[in-house]
Amino acid sequence: MSDDPATGSATFQRVADIIAETADIERDKITPESHAIDDLGIDSLAFLDIAFAVDKAFGIKLPLERWTQEVNEGKVPAEQYFVLKNLCARIDALVAEKAAKA
Amino acid sequence: MRLEYFEMIDSVVRLDRAAGRIEARALVPEASPVFEGHFPGHPLVPGVLLTETMAQASGYLVLAHLDFAQMPFLMAVDKARFRSFVGPGATLDITASLEHDGSGYAVTKAAIRHEGKALCDAELRFRTMPFPAGLDAPMRERARKIGLLDGAQP
Repeated sequence: MSDDPATGSATFQRVADIIAETADIERDKITPESHAIDDLGIDSLAFLDIAFAVDKAFGIKLPLERWTQEVNEGKVPAEQYFVLKNLCARIDALVAEKAAKA
Repeated sequence: MRLEYFEMIDSVVRLDRAAGRIEARALVPEASPVFEGHFPGHPLVPGVLLTETMAQASGYLVLAHLDFAQMPFLMAVDKARFRSFVGPGATLDITASLEHDGSGYAVTKAAIRHEGKALCDAELRFRTMPFPAGLDAPMRERARKIGLLDGAQP
């Protein structure tokens, strides 16, 4: 059992359920180490469907345009945003940021 | 409406920026090659063109919301329902509301009414991205022609 804090976290469970339902992917195939695009085969359209569901579920706005630009410019490796455990950490940070501003 | 040119919206009746809502009007032409095929002797506005009408009203709403910083492109149509028929000469009242403004995408709900009755409705999603070269100016001009920013509520 990995000691990765995101394994089995509540955020991961919600995100994995969203991905399974939105992108019609078997829930068992979705792990914290899964790369959304490379492992799960999620295309850009499906990723936006997932982003909408995540934005609604968590009350946040995933900064996809900034992330895409950073990856395209080589400033950040794609894994930082698209491996699910990292995506979940970003979601948690956005939720915390929003709560701090409230 | 100029059906064959895919210019569906004739005028913007009201734009409420704060509420994220648009009301627009479209007059179905009396004659069009579209009606010759759909259907012979029984002209009906095709559902896909009603969807395009809802998408265009939504698209103008998104353009105004983004201050023409980006161009919306239809990405998904969900739960489209066509509840009644409509034919040549009809005046369509279209409404669209912004449901979610995401990063690089937007979601609207749109509906069309005809003579006070629900005609169709759908949830629409748009990809928003920088304008392709040369599209910015014609879109602004089209928006000006339909009165998108006249009488807009702040």
